[in-house]
Order: sequence, then C-alpha cells, then structure tokens
Amino acid sequence: MESIDIARWQFGITTTYHYLFVPLTLGLSVLTAILHSFYYKTGSSEYKRLTKFFGKLFIIIFALGVVTGIVLEFQFGMAWSEYSRFVGDIFGIPLAIEALLAFFLESTFIAVWLFGWDRISKGLHLLSIWLVAIASSLSAIWILIANSWMQVPVGYVLNEGRAELSDFVAVLLNEQMLVMAPHTIIAGFVTGGLFMLGISAWHLYRGHQVELFGKSARISLIFVAVGGLLTATTGHDHAQHTGEHQPMKLAAMEGLWDTEEPASFSLFAIIDQENRTATREIRLPYLLTILAHNDLTSPVRGMNELQEMKEEQFGPGDYLPPIAIVYWGFRIMVGLGMLFIVFSIYGITLWWRGKLDTSKRYLKYAMIVMFLPFIANSAGWIVAEMGRQPWIVYGLLLTADGVSPNVSGGKMLLTTIGFTLIYGLLAAVAGFLIYRFAKKGAPEEDAPTHAY
Amino acid sequence: MDFQLIWFILIAILFIGYFLLEGFDFGVGILMPFVSKDDVDRRITINTIGPFWDANEVWLITAGGAMFAAFPHWYATLFSGFYIPLFLLLVALILRAVGFEFRSKMPDKWWRKTADLFIFWGSLLPAFLWGVALTNIVQGLPIGPDKNFVGHLGAVLNPYALLGGLAAVALFTLHGALFLSLRTTGDLKERVEKVARLLWIPAGLILAAFAILGYWQTVLFEGLGLIPGTLPTLTIISFVASYVFIQLRWHGYAFGATGAAIVLGTAVVFSGLFPLVMPSTIDAAYHLTVYNASSSELTLKVMSVVALIFLPIVLGYQGWSYYVFSQRLTREAIPRD
Repeated sequence: MESIDIARWQFGITTTYHYLFVPLTLGLSVLTAILHSFYYKTGSSEYKRLTKFFGKLFIIIFALGVVTGIVLEFQFGMAWSEYSRFVGDIFGIPLAIEALLAFFLESTFIAVWLFGWDRISKGLHLLSIWLVAIASSLSAIWILIANSWMQVPVGYVLNEGRAELSDFVAVLLNEQMLVMAPHTIIAGFVTGGLFMLGISAWHLYRGHQVELFGKSARISLIFVAVGGLLTATTGHDHAQHTGEHQPMKLAAMEGLWDTEEPASFSLFAIIDQENRTATREIRLPYLLTILAHNDLTSPVRGMNELQEMKEEQFGPGDYLPPIAIVYWGFRIMVGLGMLFIVFSIYGITLWWRGKLDTSKRYLKYAMIVMFLPFIANSAGWIVAEMGRQPWIVYGLLLTADGVSPNVSGGKMLLTTIGFTLIYGLLAAVAGFLIYRFAKKGAPEEDAPTHAY
Repeated sequence: MDFQLIWFILIAILFIGYFLLEGFDFGVGILMPFVSKDDVDRRITINTIGPFWDANEVWLITAGGAMFAAFPHWYATLFSGFYIPLFLLLVALILRAVGFEFRSKMPDKWWRKTADLFIFWGSLLPAFLWGVALTNIVQGLPIGPDKNFVGHLGAVLNPYALLGGLAAVALFTLHGALFLSLRTTGDLKERVEKVARLLWIPAGLILAAFAILGYWQTVLFEGLGLIPGTLPTLTIISFVASYVFIQLRWHGYAFGATGAAIVLGTAVVFSGLFPLVMPSTIDAAYHLTVYNASSSELTLKVMSVVALIFLPIVLGYQGWSYYVFSQRLTREAIPRD
C-alpha cells in the first residue's frame, strides 16, 4: 500500500473512533444537564442520584472524546501537510475558534461541575453543566463549518496554489453547514437518548431502582422521539442540498447510473462499479424525484453523465466515489433512523398505557437498540466523506494531492498500527468501565463525588 | 498594521500559557510516584491538578489551531517534520488522560499501578518531547525548497536537543513540586518541599548548561550577541529568585518565580526566532518566516478580532476556576474505596 492509502485508512480509523464518543457527548451532556435541572427545581434526591449516575458515565465518554480529538487536530499537519498548506487560511479558522470558544469552556466547566458539588452555589453548579452542554454543540458547529467548506467550498479565492479567504461570513454561514449541523447534532442527541434509554431499561428489566430509572427512561423516550423525527426532516434537507451541490454523491447514494426523468428510488441493488452497472435492482418509480425536488417531473442526473461532465471540467480521470459503500451506508443510516423513530414512539405508547416499566420484551430490545446509533452515525459520515471522493476539497483538491510528501508509507503504517492498538485497548477498558458502572445503578444521594 | 507580528506574538502567548500551566501538571505527574507514601497520597497528588489539567491541555489545542490558521506552512512543516515525536506525544497524552480519568474507577492494585505508570510516563515523555522539539526549532532543521522537512529522526534526537528535553523536564518538575507545596498539607507537603529544595541545584545546572551551549548551538544568539539582553537576564533572575524563595520557604513566591522563568524562557525562544519561525539548516533561502509561512491578511484580521474578544474571557473564567479550587487537599478529603 502506498502512503496515501495508509493515510486514508488512518484518518478513517481515528475519525470513526473519535466519532463514537462525540455524539454520545452531545446527547449525554444535554441529558445530564436536564436531569440536573430537574434536581435543581425539585430538590428531589432521585434526580440528584440520576444526575450523578449519568454524569459519571458521561465523564468517561467525554474523556475519551477529548483524547481522541487531539489526534485529529494533529493529524492534518502530520499526515496531510499539503492539504494543510492549501486550506489553512480557511479551514484553520474554525479549528482555532473551536478550541478558543468551545474547548476551553467545556474543559474548564466540566471540571467545575465534577469537583464543584457542595463547593459553589447550586445555581452556578447547574450553570456549569449547561455550559458544558452548550460548548459541546458549539464545538460541533465549528468543526462542521470546517468540514462543510471541504464539501462545498465558498468565500475563497485561489492564489499561488492555495485557497485564500475572501469572505468570512460566507464560510461561517455556508449553506452546507446550515443543513449539516442540525442533522448531525440532533443525531447526537438521539444517540445519547437511546444510550440513556438502554441503560435505564437494563435496571427496569431487573426491577432495580425502578422509581429512578423509570424517570430517566421517560425523559430519554421523549428526547429520542422528537430528536428522531427532527433527524429525519433535517436529513431530508441535507440530502436535497447534496443533490444540488454534490450531485455525484447523491447519484452514488442512489446507485443511479443513468439520468432519469423522473427518477426512481432504489430499495436494493448489487452494485458492479467496474462494469458500471447494477443487478437485482428494486426501484420505486418517481420517489427519488419527489425526494430530491419536491415535484413529479424533474430529472436526477446519473453517474455516467456526471462523470462525463467532470471530465470536461477537470480533465480525464475517475470521478466516481466507491459506490457500493456509499449506497449501502446511506441505506443503513436511513433504515436505522426510521427504526429509532418507530421504536421510541412505540415506547411512548407503552408508557401511555402504563406498561413501560413492565414490558420485558421492549426493555430487552432497548438494551440492544442503544448500540445501533453508533452504526448509523458512522454510516452517515462514511456517506458524507467517501461520497465526495476523489476530492479532499470538493472540486479544488484531490485527496491524493493532500498527503504529506515527506512521510513514508512505513511511518504511516507504524502510527496507524499504533493508534489502532491503543484505541482497541481503550475501547475494551472503557466498555468494561461503562458496563461496570451502568450495572451498579445510581449511587446514594450523599455518596462522595471526588473525581480522582 | 503588521498582522504577522501580532499573530506570531499570539501564538507565542498560547505556547507560553501552555508551558506555564501544563508545565506544573506535567511536574505533578512526574513526581506523583516519588512523593506519595500510599494510595491516599497518590490520590491527593492527582486531585491537586484534577480540575485543571484538561483545560491546561486546551492551550496546546488552541495553539495548534491558531498556528494552522495563521501560519499554515509553519503548522504543516512542523507537524509533518516531527511526525514520529508527535505520534509519541499523542500516545503519551492519551495514556496520561486515561490514567487520570480511570484510575479511581477500580480499587484493584494492578489497575492503579498501571494508571500510575500511564500518568508518570505520560507526563515525563511530553515534557521531554517539547524540550526536544523546541530545541530543534532553534537549532534549525533540514528544510528543503518546498518548505518540507527532509531530514531523519536521528538528526532530531541530537545530543543538544536531548539536553533541551532534559532541561524542560527539570524545570517542569521543579515547577510541579512547588505547585504541590501550595495544594497539600502535612507530611506530603513537607516531602514535596524537600524535593523542591533538592531539585533546584541539578535543575539549575542542566538549565545553565543548556543556556550556555545555546550560544554555539542555536540561532537565538545571533541577534542577541554575547551579552544577554533584558529577557534572558530576567529569566535568570526569576530562576535564581525561586532558589531564594524556596530557602525562605515562601513557596507561593517560589512557584511564581519558576512560572516567570518558564514564561520568560519561552519568550526568549520566540523573540530570538523572530522573524523566523523555522530556520532551515540547508539554505537561508529556505527559512520559514512569519511572512512566507502566513495566511492571507483577511484571515489574520478575522482571527485577531476573535482572539481579542475571546482570549480575555477565557483567561477570566479559567482564572476563576483556579480561585474556586485553591484550597489545600487533606487526607480526609479523599473518600475511602
């Protein structure tokens, strides 16, 4: 393998791994803050115990998100130095602002919250967890501003082979970010909600601390149902925007080789990228045109036509992304997203009929469903990132041209193996700890809260 | 206005903040196994930096991001050039954070011993690597015409750079001992004070050797000349003052003095470099400077406004968090397992 392939694998592994913890942090920070708010308002010991319980799990996850995040910031310069030189003017800004605005806030106030029980006023203590939650979403917005620029570059001029900033507001309010950020952040809320639901279900299933975990189960159900619906609507906006600005990605998501007017939506297909065809297809007529354009007649361009257009624009080359992965990634993401909506609404109907705490089968499924958002999140990012290949900056810089020229394949391989081993070990340890604490249940109200 | 100069200073400030703050928590991590008699002592030691170490690390993340935005070539050359050392740094920082966060989660001996190893090596190695990296920069690196580092790892690990690593470890450890003396009580406090007393002379010798050899080894003194200027003199005075304060048992002042030595010493490095950011040993034409490594002016302007608004706010609430957690930790404060 050449260094470019290894660098891509490394980025894929380290980013996907990091993104196991990010959505959980997004969701659990808000949920912990909500539990804490209930405690603040009611003074009830039950909410205090729940806050401490989920807070403890949140801290473990947060810590892993932080350490795996530093790797990413360094990786741009280490493995992708040519990319960094090309985009630094623009891409560096949101990265720096993210650290200055969000990371300082997050890291300072999570410590204030963790160590601050009984040390600062109750109002200030509550404020500190809300600041952590706000900072988490803020950091997501800034990094998505950076990513959006790679997807749909705006507000730049090319000068001496580098992209230079010409319009900061355009970069800040990139339409791509405006459709991407809500979808991504709310999906994080759903992830956190299903996590809380699953853990609550574990205790309800065993009849353990029922009065406590019944509360957290209900809060998380509402959270997931509302979040699930919003993830779907924002995802729809996002996909329409993709069709407009990255038509090749949309065509790959649909396995659409030839332009159709009106276009059908694919339910199943075996993709043969080499021969540019697909077999065993099941397609629903009109649906893709309806989804992409909100009408019954507009065309959706297929990959063959788009490839020709790209060759005309950028010269000869292969402008197709890895289609099967993008096609199936999209289906897995959407399918799971639908499942989460149905699952949470069904849970609410059980609650309505007073059967939530005792419906063993539902509680059992909840313990399984809590793991699925991680698959959905990764699938979503795989669609977004692999779907825009071969570009690292869409239409401006090829991924192959972004890699560090002075770092050998051997070095890249060494660090990739190193990160993978450490991350594997971390996953095992973190999984074990989360399991251990989740199983233990909520601590006593006045249990010590010293962190280390 | 010279925005390149402003951003050079801002990045220097971010690194200074990083070394000043993370410096003592590296020191505490290095000292933890040696000043603790039992697990309670170790937990106290870790808890002295518990509320701070993570936010201290954000200074590095911000410095990295700011460098990426303001001087993309500096960022790209530095990070791809120091590929393996930075990989080791990342591994160390990951294990260190894991050590802190997970240590108290299980009472088993083997678990805590493993965490202690992570904390110790995860503090020692980054301190050392920063010393090595900074020394390399002021020594100059083999940077070619396309702004890329073209040397080998062996050149990075030259004797003078290793001495620089040692100097950073010594200074941070002393700084950490003094921090511990401000947040502990009883026997533990006496032990860390003793460490500070014993450590000062060897640390001073290493730092002196590093500074004196710097006349021959680095580009810093080409501009400064033989007689040290104001900043180097103030650095020396601060460090010597820390000795006096330690002897007088004025540990708060001593901590301030080692802090000042870190701030001023780092300032010497950055001011000595300017306008270079990464000198090339191959050809002076290949030097990376604040002008040929920087972003466009609009980027620097936008970033200046952002920094001007938010850096003071960050300093405000971070300072406040130090105030909230300023009392000493006693053995009674640590819950039993």
